[in-house]
Amino acid sequence: MNGSLHLWLIPLLPFAGFLINGLLGRRLPKALVTAVALLAPLAAFGVVLFAAAQAFTPTEVRSWNGPGPVPGALSLPYVETCPLGWINIGTLHVDFSFVLDQLSLVMLLVVTGVGFLIHIYSVGYMAHDEGYARYFSYLNLFLFFMTTLVLAGNALLMFVGWEGVGLASYLLIGFWFQKTTAADAGKKAFIVNRIGDVGFLIAMFFLLANFGTLTFSEIATKLGQYPGWTGGVVTVIALCLLLGATGKSAQLPLYIWLPDAMEGPTPVSALIHAATMVTAGVYMIARNHVLFDHSPFALGVVAIVGAVTALFAATIGLVQNDIKRALAYSTISQLGYMFLGCGVAAYSAAIFHLMTHAFFKALLFLAAGSVIHGLSGEQDLRKMGGLRKKLPVTFWTMTVGVFAIAGAPGLSGFFSKDAILYSAFQQGSFGKVLWFLGLVTAALTAFYMFRLWYLAFLGNSRSPEAHPHESPWSMLGPLVLLAILSIAGGWVSFGGRFYEFLAPVVGARSEAASGDSLEYILMGVAVAVALIGWFIAHSFYKQRSDRPAELAAALPAGYKLLANKYYVDEILSASVVKPLLATSTYFLSWVVDKAVIGGLAWLLGGIAVFSGALLQRWQSGNIRSYAAWLAGGAAALLLFVVVPWPLVLAHIGIHLNWAGR
Amino acid sequence: MSSFFAQDVPLVWYLLLSAVLFSLGILGFLLKRNLITVFMSIELMLNAVNLSFVTFAHQWHAVKGQIFVFFVMMVAAAEAAVGLAIIIAVFRARATLAVDRIDLMKL
Repeated sequence: MNGSLHLWLIPLLPFAGFLINGLLGRRLPKALVTAVALLAPLAAFGVVLFAAAQAFTPTEVRSWNGPGPVPGALSLPYVETCPLGWINIGTLHVDFSFVLDQLSLVMLLVVTGVGFLIHIYSVGYMAHDEGYARYFSYLNLFLFFMTTLVLAGNALLMFVGWEGVGLASYLLIGFWFQKTTAADAGKKAFIVNRIGDVGFLIAMFFLLANFGTLTFSEIATKLGQYPGWTGGVVTVIALCLLLGATGKSAQLPLYIWLPDAMEGPTPVSALIHAATMVTAGVYMIARNHVLFDHSPFALGVVAIVGAVTALFAATIGLVQNDIKRALAYSTISQLGYMFLGCGVAAYSAAIFHLMTHAFFKALLFLAAGSVIHGLSGEQDLRKMGGLRKKLPVTFWTMTVGVFAIAGAPGLSGFFSKDAILYSAFQQGSFGKVLWFLGLVTAALTAFYMFRLWYLAFLGNSRSPEAHPHESPWSMLGPLVLLAILSIAGGWVSFGGRFYEFLAPVVGARSEAASGDSLEYILMGVAVAVALIGWFIAHSFYKQRSDRPAELAAALPAGYKLLANKYYVDEILSASVVKPLLATSTYFLSWVVDKAVIGGLAWLLGGIAVFSGALLQRWQSGNIRSYAAWLAGGAAALLLFVVVPWPLVLAHIGIHLNWAGR
Repeated sequence: MSSFFAQDVPLVWYLLLSAVLFSLGILGFLLKRNLITVFMSIELMLNAVNLSFVTFAHQWHAVKGQIFVFFVMMVAAAEAAVGLAIIIAVFRARATLAVDRIDLMKL
């Protein structure tokens, strides 16, 4: 009974919203723009919920007349292919097909659900912006591409969505394009993502060459036929895919665009650069997990990239003074956790963390946006403080978010982070190292989140002239809903049900998910570590607020290293950007373009002009000279015809010898 | 008609006369500066051609050559009418008939 389910509606509804608001938005009344912008994702979310309701209905029940199919139940995976076909050239067949399985269903629920909440929030946040309709058309466009990416049944269609979300991200980072920093940040995000996309493209070429197909299920089938096929070209494909994922998901070495992406409006940071788009890399790895499973080396690289990124970004996050940048480094760090989860083949744990992270990080960003909104654009933590009383709803929801990400027992982040750390711990001594890195990151995470919390909300206000005001309910409503999700979202894993649900797609977790005493011990360690992080933050920012400055003074080199983000931007600028610009200016522009190409053009033109100047003398305009040439020509012809040249030449000793003579 | 041409004047003499007249026409065309003289030189060349046409027609007893002559004379008459009209127009415009001065087409 799948006839009533229309997957194509899920991307197309936001696309309709994009078209309406993008083409007509300027002329429509604001209320109508809002209605279109909200109804499109709401309707898409409705379709997803409808699909979920069907999917969660058990397919078979034992009724009094024996087992049988249940009307209204949907058996996953459910494939929907465009009957017109898409690409059919020779041996290359790519269908335009959407696949709904457990994995894409979870992603769709997160993308459209959280996306819809952020749309509501944006109505309040962007209420006074001139580009109101433009903003919502971009946001709807993003949902269109993101749902396409998630639903795609083959790598090429996924790539379409992949590029599309990159475009939407670029447009929204540079939304306030009058600001140079915003425009530059948009370009940076786009270009850095392009580097990763090259990896994705090359991976697709390899897939076509070695498997002859881009459809995920067919690749899995073919690999399944050769269980012993590991390493080699599969490793190359997996590493290329990983390069693509590091670009999109802001992992080392391509993470540099994400902190700058905070130039965009805060709801955009929440939706695209925290909850959904940046997790596309994790989703892509989970979607292609068969390839990674066949390459232990690539999996190891994924795990190392994830763990190192998690720790690296967390250390930078320790000293950020911009509330959004601190959250951005936190996002990179948490994405590192997800990669770590993928790298130890705990895909369901990674997807679980993806989901809970979407809840609590969207919550954190939206709460930060509410703070920024309340302070009329102030983003510097050092100028905040004492907001607990002024912004009570924001404070409490933010508190939930901070506790969730720090790993307070019972909140969503606790479950998902522990699941990943537990899976890492299982992987021998290599896994133990990764686990330790994750554990240190957990302590740092707790520290920098509580630092942010103390600096922004507790203590006394550090800018007395500011008059913060609580945000409208269109913004607070989503905050409250996300706070509830951040609290409750972790319990879906209780008893391992979440992992069982995902198992048909990404494989079962190798070990029992609960009931293991080792897991409780690891949980205890993680909580203890988080408590240490909290305690340090508490002693630094609550009890003795001069301590951070003392510490920074005591370790000037270390502090400067962190405050300047390990000078990565400077190193890249000196090692990549500047040589590239210099090569472009001096070699490509001056030598190749101006000297070689330009010189060639001038040479050809010069030959024409010169020969023209020579021939011009012929065209004297003097009729008698023309007549003289004419007469001379006629005389020459006459001479040629009348005189018996072979005989004349033979007479002086030259013998012509050609055909017929 | 055949009695008109003395039998003892060979063909070559006619053709030589024609060639001399034609060459004189060319020389006049190339060397003279006055447009009217140039024009007369063209007529001279046409008539030199006419002479050789008539000579060959007599030699081969073919009437086609004589018909050609009438055509040429007709074209020459039309040309004379048009050419003289142009010459008058040029003189009115430029107040000169020197060929070297009529060089507006020159770059």
